[in-house]
Amino acid sequence: MLKLVTKNVGIENSHTLSVARSHGAYSRLEAAFAMTPEALTAEVIKSNLRGLGGAGFPAGRKWSFLPKDSPKPRYLVVNGDEGEPGTCKDKIIMIHDPHLLIEGIIITCWAIQSHKAFIYIRGEYDLPVEHVEQAIVEAKAAGILGETVMGHDFALDIVVHRGAGAYICGEETALLESLEGKRGWPRLKPPFPAVEGYMRCPTVVNNVETLSYVPYVVEMGAQPFADLGSERNGGLRMYSISGRVNRPGVYELPMGTPLREMIYDHAQGVTGGRALKAVIPGGSSAPILTPDEIDVPMDFDSLAKRGTMLGSAGVIVFDETVSMVEALKVIIRFYAHESCGQCTPCREGTAWLEKIVERILDLGGRPGDVDNMLRISRNIMGNTICPFGDGAALPVVSCVTKFRPEFEAWVRRGQPVTTLPVREAHIGEPVAAV
Amino acid sequence: MIEHTSIRESSPTIDYGMVDHPGPVSWSDAARRDMAAIFARYPDKRSATLPILWLAVREFGWISPQVEKIAAEILGRPLNEIHIVVTFYTMYPRRPMGQHHIQICRNVSCWLAGAADLSRYLQQRLGIGPGETTADGKFSFSEVECLCYCECAPAMRLDNRYVGNLTKTSIDQLIGEK
Repeated sequence: MLKLVTKNVGIENSHTLSVARSHGAYSRLEAAFAMTPEALTAEVIKSNLRGLGGAGFPAGRKWSFLPKDSPKPRYLVVNGDEGEPGTCKDKIIMIHDPHLLIEGIIITCWAIQSHKAFIYIRGEYDLPVEHVEQAIVEAKAAGILGETVMGHDFALDIVVHRGAGAYICGEETALLESLEGKRGWPRLKPPFPAVEGYMRCPTVVNNVETLSYVPYVVEMGAQPFADLGSERNGGLRMYSISGRVNRPGVYELPMGTPLREMIYDHAQGVTGGRALKAVIPGGSSAPILTPDEIDVPMDFDSLAKRGTMLGSAGVIVFDETVSMVEALKVIIRFYAHESCGQCTPCREGTAWLEKIVERILDLGGRPGDVDNMLRISRNIMGNTICPFGDGAALPVVSCVTKFRPEFEAWVRRGQPVTTLPVREAHIGEPVAAV
Repeated sequence: MIEHTSIRESSPTIDYGMVDHPGPVSWSDAARRDMAAIFARYPDKRSATLPILWLAVREFGWISPQVEKIAAEILGRPLNEIHIVVTFYTMYPRRPMGQHHIQICRNVSCWLAGAADLSRYLQQRLGIGPGETTADGKFSFSEVECLCYCECAPAMRLDNRYVGNLTKTSIDQLIGEK
């Protein structure tokens, strides 16, 4: 099976410059520099390379939004703040093939005419940080980065910026705020980063995996790359498959590979031969699918048509023994913990969703709790600055709707508890002096 | 109690009711050299905030009120802006940490692989709960959200390395080695 960005995984010292070069690293640079930035951007648009961080926005089109006449410097910011639950792919590139990423950055910077790139890597990723930093040092020493790039009159500096533990910083405007030394509070768009990004300068933010495919677009040509995938979803991508499967792992497969094939062929089926109960197709923010919904091509458009999303392609498998109420608690606890607190519907909503699902599990569920969860979720959706709110609400709505009898049963089990008087608010009670 | 001092005041004192370093803190020469290199990477000083705070963690082990103050001075930013940043991110410790930090993932893929059980086991073995440090100062323990090591669930981060496919036996071994 064809592999591109994971081709060098397993080769000893694949992260070092000499080994990487003997396996093709930087061999696409000459072809890229032979093209004009406009032609290169057009080529990437034609390749149907999508934003693989999760949003799926066509990569080349994002580049084309940079203003042509701005006197300000332009920046490329690489999103390596991997954090979507169930996703474990970007670190593989950063650990095993950092020179491929750097090559992708160089080509992209040529296309957008940027001389400075930042790679924002999540704080927990010590080894990826180490390998990427080493690779930059080696590339500088070899004249691949610096005042000139392999003899071309084009300067490029790459800086690794380490995050400090905040899921929200994977959202591109929160990431820019964080890079600027602030808390990761997403920005209201527009202006989009292409117009006002890092330091209010034109900025392109692309995911690690997206940029690592760019050298292959140059090598293969746009059309052959596009043809590897499905309609409007070019190339391959890395699918992280975890949960109750026999062979969890990261699989690089063509865009549009059917979900059933991923679970039953590549991941070798459900653990213990048990029946499938549910699948999250694209990281925990993606609405959950039931077993009758898994005959779907895993690409952005096919999943969107079925009311869910490909997102970061983190496939999480649940077997028949898993309680969906408990599973939802684990998921919503994450969103309540990671909500940045900027928008009220999300901050308050995720906290209440967590409280309600916890009390249901503590046999303290109240009649109406299930509908309340749906109501709270719908009040979050569309009412926040960034997509985090939707990402928290969508799994709740899909899980509660599709497994409603399970939630109702938990609430019924808890009904005796709900006959206890509800604790009154502190109105009229003496309050201890602060 | 928080005293409302002007954020622009040159040397504000904010009592967060938190533990602090017992004596005065100051940057080592090595830290000052690294600092210069950090500032050189960014077009402005403010962008160096996260790396300067990482440097402070390396230097002092944790971010105490005093450390916040000297970081604010170096960065030329108001103290409360630094406090906002430090408290927003989960990885800047705001209390002294044990020699080793165990962070077990509690998110969905690890949970499906039995992480809740392993977390209980670890807490029993260490005799501490999440967010606590053992009396001998050897281990700190945290439950954390997705470490993105889902393909090797259940997983944890032990100091600065990832360990996956955890079992009670492998946990015993890892702790025993420390």
